[in-house]
Amino acid sequence: MSYRLGVDVGGTFTDLLLFNEANGQTWRGKTPSTPEDPSIAVVSGTKQICEDAGIGAGDISVFLHGTTVATNAVLEGKGAVVGLIVTEGYRQVMQVARSFVPGGLAAWIIWPKPTPMALLENTVEVFGRMDAQGQEVRPLDEANIRTELLKLKSRGVQALTVCLMNSYLNGSHEKRVGEIAIELFGQDMPISLSHEILPEMYEYERTLTTVANSAMRPVVGKYVRNLKAELTRMGMNGQLSLLRSDGGLMSAQAAELKPVNLLMSGPAGGVTGAIFVAKNAGFKNILTLDVGGTSTDVALIEHGEPRLQRTTEVAHLSVRASSLDVRTVGAGGGSIAHVPELTKALRVGPQSAGAMPGPACYGRGGTEATVSDANLVLGYLPEELLGGRMKLDKAAAIAAVQKVADAMGVDLMEAARGIIDIVNENMFGALRMISVQQGYDPREFALMGFGGAGSLHSNAVAKLMGSWPVIVPISPGVLCAAGDATTRSRAETARSFSKRKSQTTDSDVHATLSEMADQAKATLIADGISEADISLKFEIDVRYYGQGFEVPMAVELDDFVTGGVEKLASAFDEEHRRLFTFNMETEHELVNLRCVALGKALELPVAPIEQGTGDASAARLTDHKMWVEGGWQDGAIYDRAKLRAGDVLSGPAIITEMDSTALVLPGCVAKVDALGNILINPA
Amino acid sequence: MPATILETKPRPFRRTPVDPVSLDIIENALRNARVEMDATLFRTALSPGIREQGDAFPMIADPQGRMVVGQFGSFLQGFLKGYDGEIEEGDVILLNDPYSCEGAISHTSDQLVIMPIHHDGRLVAWGAMFGHMTDVGGKVPGSLPTDASSIFEEGMRLPPVKLYRKGVLQEDILKIATHQSRMPEWYRADLIAIVAACRVAARRLVEMCERFGDDQVNSAMNDLLDRNRRAMQFLIGQAIGEEPVFFEDYICDDGKGAGPFKIKCTMWREGERVILDFDGTDPQSDSSINFYLNENMFKMFFGIYMIMVFDPQILFNDGFYDLVDVRIPEGSLLKPKFPAALSCRTHALGRIFDVLGALLGQKQPDFLCAAGFSSSPHLMYSGFHPDGEWFQLFQIGFGGIPGRFLGDGADGHSLWPGFTNVPNEFLERYFPMRIEKYECAVDSGGAGLNRGGNGINMVYHFLENGTISIHDDRWFVPPWGVNGGQPGARSWKKLVKADGQAIPLGSKMDRVTVEKGDELHYVTWGGGGWGDALERDPALVGLEVRGGLVSVAGARDYGVVCDEDGVVDDVATDDLRNKLRASRDPLKVFEFGPGIEKLRETCEAETGLPAPIQPVWRGRISDKIAAQ
Repeated sequence: MSYRLGVDVGGTFTDLLLFNEANGQTWRGKTPSTPEDPSIAVVSGTKQICEDAGIGAGDISVFLHGTTVATNAVLEGKGAVVGLIVTEGYRQVMQVARSFVPGGLAAWIIWPKPTPMALLENTVEVFGRMDAQGQEVRPLDEANIRTELLKLKSRGVQALTVCLMNSYLNGSHEKRVGEIAIELFGQDMPISLSHEILPEMYEYERTLTTVANSAMRPVVGKYVRNLKAELTRMGMNGQLSLLRSDGGLMSAQAAELKPVNLLMSGPAGGVTGAIFVAKNAGFKNILTLDVGGTSTDVALIEHGEPRLQRTTEVAHLSVRASSLDVRTVGAGGGSIAHVPELTKALRVGPQSAGAMPGPACYGRGGTEATVSDANLVLGYLPEELLGGRMKLDKAAAIAAVQKVADAMGVDLMEAARGIIDIVNENMFGALRMISVQQGYDPREFALMGFGGAGSLHSNAVAKLMGSWPVIVPISPGVLCAAGDATTRSRAETARSFSKRKSQTTDSDVHATLSEMADQAKATLIADGISEADISLKFEIDVRYYGQGFEVPMAVELDDFVTGGVEKLASAFDEEHRRLFTFNMETEHELVNLRCVALGKALELPVAPIEQGTGDASAARLTDHKMWVEGGWQDGAIYDRAKLRAGDVLSGPAIITEMDSTALVLPGCVAKVDALGNILINPA
Repeated sequence: MPATILETKPRPFRRTPVDPVSLDIIENALRNARVEMDATLFRTALSPGIREQGDAFPMIADPQGRMVVGQFGSFLQGFLKGYDGEIEEGDVILLNDPYSCEGAISHTSDQLVIMPIHHDGRLVAWGAMFGHMTDVGGKVPGSLPTDASSIFEEGMRLPPVKLYRKGVLQEDILKIATHQSRMPEWYRADLIAIVAACRVAARRLVEMCERFGDDQVNSAMNDLLDRNRRAMQFLIGQAIGEEPVFFEDYICDDGKGAGPFKIKCTMWREGERVILDFDGTDPQSDSSINFYLNENMFKMFFGIYMIMVFDPQILFNDGFYDLVDVRIPEGSLLKPKFPAALSCRTHALGRIFDVLGALLGQKQPDFLCAAGFSSSPHLMYSGFHPDGEWFQLFQIGFGGIPGRFLGDGADGHSLWPGFTNVPNEFLERYFPMRIEKYECAVDSGGAGLNRGGNGINMVYHFLENGTISIHDDRWFVPPWGVNGGQPGARSWKKLVKADGQAIPLGSKMDRVTVEKGDELHYVTWGGGGWGDALERDPALVGLEVRGGLVSVAGARDYGVVCDEDGVVDDVATDDLRNKLRASRDPLKVFEFGPGIEKLRETCEAETGLPAPIQPVWRGRISDKIAAQ
């Protein structure tokens, strides 16, 4: 028998989901995370779940894993010391960056000057130059390369990046510098060449992306090797795969070489899990609302496919690597409400109470009102969380919210309601950005909340958006683990093309795409996937010649047997009109080509839950008063574990489970589907 | 004659109370609408000036034309006052003549689009945006002739005209405007992109009206304006004294040999009002460096500078205008008389930010910033590709951000919001040039406890014959330091011919012929330093020597003795610092460098260029006739 294991490492819990590939039977596991070394919880959770299922670790054929190791390395500044080799005249490429100062007029006065990820003192220049056609203007000087590399060696750099001008057109100079670096530093030195990591135009973005990759390589490499060794010791010989930022899987070996693709691995797990749940529940178009302690992530899924973006943003870092188009706003359960004296406005976030002291109601010394405190005051959160393991301090929550009320000159409940309205509005704003502003009608989408507090806000946000039903999925951590376990292997090749329509032909495009397809396939084949199981997808970034922003267009290879370029141009016109309401007579430009190779999609059936009678009263824990629509109303608290398929309940109500709470508003009805998801609709 | 606004269902707005939550929601929706305007423009415009560098600015105003979100203040007041016609739903106004809108836009390159936003038969708001077009015709490619002597040499001059009339595009107007440009395709695309951005604002405003009701939205706009007024009233009372303070700074020259031009501003408070008086500013120039400064725009700059330190998150608006009185003498550099040329106003526009910072900082020297990158240098390069196709580059340069109370100024960055540089690989791919060097100009940032940012040293290698124009400043009067910090280095340019001959170039030049193989060294100025350089951590100075930001010789300005590798000699450093402390003059709040007279004496020897000649007020014949 063979099993797949999905593991998601969250801030608080590490969740596991084990699938029997033969019959779809599943086991869930949950264990506290171990932030000091995340692999400890991964290993102990794996042992536990194998015991529960009565299998040995050797029965696991595929181990799938979403990790925030790379993300945390960036956020906590724990990346490696990177040595950077650039073209003569470009030593300060990271220092000058794009010359951009964020904020409005005069914002430079208060803008903290950033420190480049590769320090200037660890950046050296080498002679030699390629032109914008990829032709050599001046040759390399090997003696000069050795001198400069030895300087870096004496400074103790831990990883190397080579990024030379116009290397996206011709990488031979970078290759040679890399070879000499291996001679001088040895095989174990992690070396990233920019034309391999990101063969695209724009020297700063390519340098930054490659430097970020270098900075993460030692950290990610160590983590992956340790984990692999531990799992091997347990007897697991199956394949270890990691979840990429774009929602695909990559082998552990590939992750070691290109960890820049892991930066958004965490959020990607939620989105791929949401896709899995939605598909089983019969929904193809969904908006996701992942509410954590300090921030909320939102994403749009159309026809079962998430939108991708060409950049990955973590903190102030923006690198060119594909990731799911997940937008983040600084609004979460821990966001602090405050009233600036100068303007007397009510603001919620972006400051957060974090894990310590946390919201006032956590009783860890926090005194500032947070979103969680307002939820508690309004009766949207029960006074006990984590199945009774955590008791909330309602008096502290009231005291904190009262301070906001006093500053605003309103009463307690109005202030609490105001805090929730504003945070819902911020989430609404984020969802509008990915739907209305991209030309999508949110009424054609269902809304799925997850994360600790997603389902506390999803009903209210759905009312603002007109997105129904609200889907309350299986518990949030498991959702991510399910995403890890059910997504497909993925390899991507990308190339700058930069040709106008009149400068290229169908056969030119066909030949280039075919060559890229072979490369992408080879990556998956090297990871042990059989060629027959690989499917290919192609994308071309198109713009009107001279525009600075491309639109990625999906294409088929066969189109370019004949008529493909024309077809692409008219498809782009249509998309441009949808996005921006007008077309231009300017010629089209094919900017970048991409090929994605995908492993086989896993069709895992999900076992239905026990059928109920339609009456949810068996799950009703207690009566409960809730402040809704301007006054107190009688509601109830339900225990999710006791709900059965087909059960129906009416708002106002809250539904609790181990690590999340769902709020059902008055005028809405919640119904449990065959698989255990709760669907909320207007009554 | 003011504009007549036509409404199909006119009725006054009812001021209704807006609860704080709705106010916050509407405030955010306005902010988002503006962000969306920018996004739409940058994604669809064609010219690198707009889409890569972000030289375009959106605004949303209430029905009376007061800005509720934006950054340059309302563009509407002058237009509304002067437009002799009717405005109705579906109209879109286009203009580019600064004299037709009281300088809301300040040169013909900026095209201003104004869109009334109607809901349910009445005017609920205005959307507007202006963008700098690569070319609007005139005597030089790029339409910024330094040597123009009247606005008639600066390309087409559009008074407010209807680009759309009741929702219908006036093709003839678009054709006429587009036809004036050397880059008609870019002009047309950029203009359409600006209109599309305004339409986004209109859509969002209509949605807000549908959700909250017209009266609520209108009341919220009024509340937001009032809130700003209250905040500013408080700040003015706190930060501005009744005792006048003044500051003066200079534009180095006008490209025709005159200079430096003094900009002087005196500030004091009378009751709750603050007065900003530019009396003492030098006369207008015969060239195009004049800056027709709109009083409201200056009020906005003043307000933003005031509030940036106190509450940077506020959504800034026009609400406080009646608290500020701006006085600008007629015929001066900042209020030139028609038909004075205006195209190269960028230097004076930038310089008033330095003046403003210095004025406001005098009462709180800790928050005072040094002189900075207060201009936006340009390079134009045009000619023909080998296949006969015309190319025309308009590129904005960057430089050193001043030393600040917060810390060092960034190297080679922009003081202008939203501006970014054009990637050199892009330049090389689309224009016949190779960028051989793109780095900070070593030692150009003024020494200080907090170092001024370094300017940029950029070397262009031209691959085709063509013409270039240069627009820059601060080559003659150095950018000053503060609180004991030293001035930054001045800018310079030179053209190196293929045979090695080096020709020094002025900072404002039109139509310089370049040949294939020539190299242009374009070096911008550095930001001034903040605080006593002898107090700066020697190890940090050493690190910057190793990083190539400061030279071994430059380190001595900090009293630091080190080697090429940045290894500091502690004993020698202590010695040098003691010696310097003992011998120097007392530190000054403002360090201007040698002074104008001394600069004139040494100009030719230090810069290779003749010293500029002092500008004088001259009675023009037309003025004399008018006076009689």
